Amino acid sequence: MTRYIARRVLQMIPVFFGATLLVYFLVFSLPGDPIAALFGDRPVNEVVAAQLREQYNLDQPFIVQYLLYLKNLLTFNLGNDFSGRPVAEVLGQIFPVTMRLAVLALLFEAVFGIVFGLIAGLKKGRIFDATVLFVSLVVIAIPVFVLGFLLQFIIGVKLGWASPTVGASAGWSDLILPAVVLGLASFAYVLRLTRTSVIENMNADYVRTATAKGLSRGRVVTVHILRNSLIPVITFLGADLGALMGGAIVTEGIFNVPGVGQKLYQAVIRGEGPTIVSIVSVLVLVYVVANLLVDLLYAWLDPRIRYE
Amino acid sequence: MSKNQRTQEHFVAPVDSAGLPETDAVQDGREPLSMWGEAWRNLRRRPLFIISALLILLIVAVAAFPQLFTHTPADGACYLADSNAGPAPGHPLGFTLQGCDVYARLIYGTRASLLVGVITTVCVVVLGGSLGALAGYYGGWLDAVIARLGDIFFALPLILGAIIVMQLPMFRENRNIWTVVLTLVVFGWPQIARITRGAVISVRNADFVVASRALGVSKFQALVKHVLPNALAPVIVTATISLGTFIVAEATLSFLGIGLPPDIMSWGNDISAAQTSLRANPAALLWPAGALSVTVLSFIMLGDAVRDALDPKARKL
Amino acid sequence: MTSNALQPDTDPAPLLDIRSLAISFETSNGTVDAVQDANLSVLPGETVAIVGESGSGKSTTALAAIGLLPGNGHVSGGQIIFDGEDITHAGPKRIVELRGNSIGMVPQDPMSNLNPVWKIGFQVRETLKANGRPSSDEDVARVLSQAGLPDAGSRAKQYPHEFSGGMRQRALIAIGLSCSPRLLIADEPTSALDVTVQRQILDHLASLTREMGTAVLLITHDLGLAAERAQRVVVMYKGRVVESGPALEILRNPQHPYTRRLVDSAPSLASKRIDTAKARGLSAPDLLAADPGQQSGKATAADVIEVRNLTKVFKLRSGLGRHADFRAVDDVSFSVKKGTTTAVVGESGSGKSTVARMVLNLETPTSGSILFDGVDITTLDKKKLFEFRRRVQPIFQDPYGSLDPMYNIFHTIEEPLRVHGIGNKESRSRKVRELLDQVALPSSVMRRFPNELSGGQRQRVAVARALALDPEVVICDEAVSALDVLVQAQILNLLAELQADLGLSYLFITHDLAVVRQIADDVCVMQKGKVVETGTTDEVFNSPKQDYTRALLAAIPGAGLDLPPEAA
Repeated sequence: MTRYIARRVLQMIPVFFGATLLVYFLVFSLPGDPIAALFGDRPVNEVVAAQLREQYNLDQPFIVQYLLYLKNLLTFNLGNDFSGRPVAEVLGQIFPVTMRLAVLALLFEAVFGIVFGLIAGLKKGRIFDATVLFVSLVVIAIPVFVLGFLLQFIIGVKLGWASPTVGASAGWSDLILPAVVLGLASFAYVLRLTRTSVIENMNADYVRTATAKGLSRGRVVTVHILRNSLIPVITFLGADLGALMGGAIVTEGIFNVPGVGQKLYQAVIRGEGPTIVSIVSVLVLVYVVANLLVDLLYAWLDPRIRYE
Repeated sequence: MSKNQRTQEHFVAPVDSAGLPETDAVQDGREPLSMWGEAWRNLRRRPLFIISALLILLIVAVAAFPQLFTHTPADGACYLADSNAGPAPGHPLGFTLQGCDVYARLIYGTRASLLVGVITTVCVVVLGGSLGALAGYYGGWLDAVIARLGDIFFALPLILGAIIVMQLPMFRENRNIWTVVLTLVVFGWPQIARITRGAVISVRNADFVVASRALGVSKFQALVKHVLPNALAPVIVTATISLGTFIVAEATLSFLGIGLPPDIMSWGNDISAAQTSLRANPAALLWPAGALSVTVLSFIMLGDAVRDALDPKARKL
Repeated sequence: MTSNALQPDTDPAPLLDIRSLAISFETSNGTVDAVQDANLSVLPGETVAIVGESGSGKSTTALAAIGLLPGNGHVSGGQIIFDGEDITHAGPKRIVELRGNSIGMVPQDPMSNLNPVWKIGFQVRETLKANGRPSSDEDVARVLSQAGLPDAGSRAKQYPHEFSGGMRQRALIAIGLSCSPRLLIADEPTSALDVTVQRQILDHLASLTREMGTAVLLITHDLGLAAERAQRVVVMYKGRVVESGPALEILRNPQHPYTRRLVDSAPSLASKRIDTAKARGLSAPDLLAADPGQQSGKATAADVIEVRNLTKVFKLRSGLGRHADFRAVDDVSFSVKKGTTTAVVGESGSGKSTVARMVLNLETPTSGSILFDGVDITTLDKKKLFEFRRRVQPIFQDPYGSLDPMYNIFHTIEEPLRVHGIGNKESRSRKVRELLDQVALPSSVMRRFPNELSGGQRQRVAVARALALDPEVVICDEAVSALDVLVQAQILNLLAELQADLGLSYLFITHDLAVVRQIADDVCVMQKGKVVETGTTDEVFNSPKQDYTRALLAAIPGAGLDLPPEAA
């Protein structure tokens, strides 16, 4: 087990360095003046430019620049945004909102995905199964921004069941609609994954043996089929937490949720290069850590891994 | 009647007059069928496949010959007088905020969306497929390097990576189909590489590969002639589904204003433009969104149907 | 109903009585009748074996008795009567009551029949609980130790993957017998295990069921094993019972042509007869290739392959950057004489397949040498190696895996000719026809694909491919192990004929001593990477010098049966 953990941690290190280096390289080493680049279409503000040169140590050799950037990243010294506020402070404020949104979305996709997937798998080939499968394809096919506008328009504007925009407070209940939008595609994946996994396990020899032992159908389904089917599903869900936070950009933009995604959205619209780099770097960090946790979770769920 | 008496007895079934067939006789019945032939036969009976194939044919036709589907010219003038107007004769879906014909834009927008999807997929399959195949087949340090490289790109989700690249000045100023494709390829290859690698690993130690090596086939030849053809199925399935994903990615980037430039007609751009007047004129947003969704759905359905047809386990049941 | 219901009703009532059972499956190609008009009964405390090839309906029949048919299968006729109660269409509640408590099951594959995510103890305990038995830790340990699992208390806290195959099968036996059922269905309970382990487990199962008075319905493909373990045997063929009766009687006096075929082909039974045939200076033409005259010539033949002190060490990863050495093959020496067959025998993990791969030059030895025609093949350059490949060809175990599913039969057999640039298109096509003829396949299969052929036919194709380059040596790695007995006998005959016709030398890798008896001139017994014993087949079989060889021989199912020399 410790060996497994150690190996995973060791494998994560080059990934983290590689990914941050990639981001940094893309922004600062491609041809063109990075400072001008960071300003995008806007005129270069000399005061800010000077600040940026200091922040990113552009007078140093590339590798030193990168290491200093990494140091800044790990100490959450992320510089200021164009309005002069420290990005770290802004992030501290908006991060919890996105976290709430992602957790809600995760809950939604886990509960509904697993329940529907289990029923569909157990009733493979029936009408319920076929319907659910087709609907899941449709859900996957509709891009999140379309889905967002659609639900915002129907539920928020036409039916008035929820506020079409979230606003500054961003409480749990305000976030339900955006969370559903954010989690819908993953819901479809969870459903399909659960279904496939349930069907696979239903045909497994040990399930037949469990039945032959005289266990009731309910116990066979929960203790043997469901328990084993959840391993890949929970792994997917863990990895999805990181992906949801990164993927919230469109959803938060549409519903005006004051979170990380919206900040990133605004930064993209306004062409605020430094803010984009900082936020994406933090998201990469979250993603890498989330994946590591998933690996550990996986080892905990599947005893075979622990003894690898 | 009781048959208990039977129990201790030596029972022999009556022998068929025809006698026993030859052990393991060859049955010459139906036409010879390759695995692909069988998959194809299975496939063409699936409603999911028929519907998606017809839709894709239609979409390709629209992309290739848009003028066949609308009388409005490609650079059709937009009249602000028509802004957000409803359907009118010759303009069945109404007008956008700028007074452009929604239907005509829908038709002309098909090409860009489809081109980005198709070109990206081809590039990703060639790049990711070769890297994945080499990594899986040769293993060792090559595999380690490619796998870690893939992990690095994986840690940067497609959209986030694309956002970083597309906001760079050299991309911002040269936005066209190719820069979008390039960006999507750079961040899209690891998935196909992973799938190909896995498929190749599952085949590379198969007895028929070892047998061909023992016949004197060189290692690389065995990869090309035996391993790759047998590892192709999951790659094709993933590629088909990815095609849909890439079309969505392009639309998302365009929606965020960093994808295709506004002068290229695309569904993403139209959706982006229509969002400001969503409440006044939902049709201008819903039509391109619908077209986009149906296109993506067609490719995902096609991939799903192909997967089911190729999966021997699914065929057995 | 049948003409044989004539005897007076004096027997005790059967525990399980299956009457005119019919089972059909709904498939995409319509309804398939898997079992038709099957009759069999099991008396209390009796062991009855159902024998048949794959697809004979033997497992389906037994599974129907415990209500475990797959979802697309159903009983379409007849009755299943358990202890006087018709359970053919018993409701789900009643079936759940019967399972475990009254009818237990021991499944076939110990690797896949325990849930990998639960501890062994948990899986035993839930069985006890579900059937209303006491289920304390002590009870669990008692059940496990009864099945012969040492140190059961602590073993119960382990996961299935920490158990060896034999231990898992003991755990499954423990589960099957934990609630003292009156009938135990044992579906090929040991066919996935090594022969020596197989014997121990079957012995233990037999003594346990005798003690508990449990009746056993044993399902097996091995007639020898059935005759050794059961009082009565039911032979099934294509979903029908073709013959049933007392085990030894069926073996000695098979009536139905299919049963006769089966008795003739079963390697475990046939070996004895070859032995006697040989002793009399005769060759059973169907089973033995070379005639005795040739036999004496073989003894002096030159070595075509000579393996000297062959060693292969694999580096296993055992943590971060550390490696542990694993000696898969340890100082192995043997030789193959021209025109004869040398068998390398061993159980799983003996290193026999690694030897085969090294002789094929697909794996590099750590040390030692392999001489082919006097030249060390480990030192060959690229050109010489290509030449070597032409002269030494493999046939693999799994006929499903050894043919590329994308190549049709013509291309499969033509590939070696093309690779070696032999002939033109026309002459190659002629050669392929010739080869198909040699392996007794019609040339109409040329356009077919491997998935359209049966296992035996595929193995014939593999033989044809191996022969395409007119090799001198053929390495058969478990070449008949995956085949049903009748087909296996056919392929062994084919190989023997080809050897006689073409003067081929075989290196035959197998775990099955019974097969060795039928085909090999010399034997090399391996255990844990080392050679335990070598000698001529007669020497090794008649006067084994090592305990391990003796154990292997004793473990051949049916070895202990007393059969008349000429049964057929």
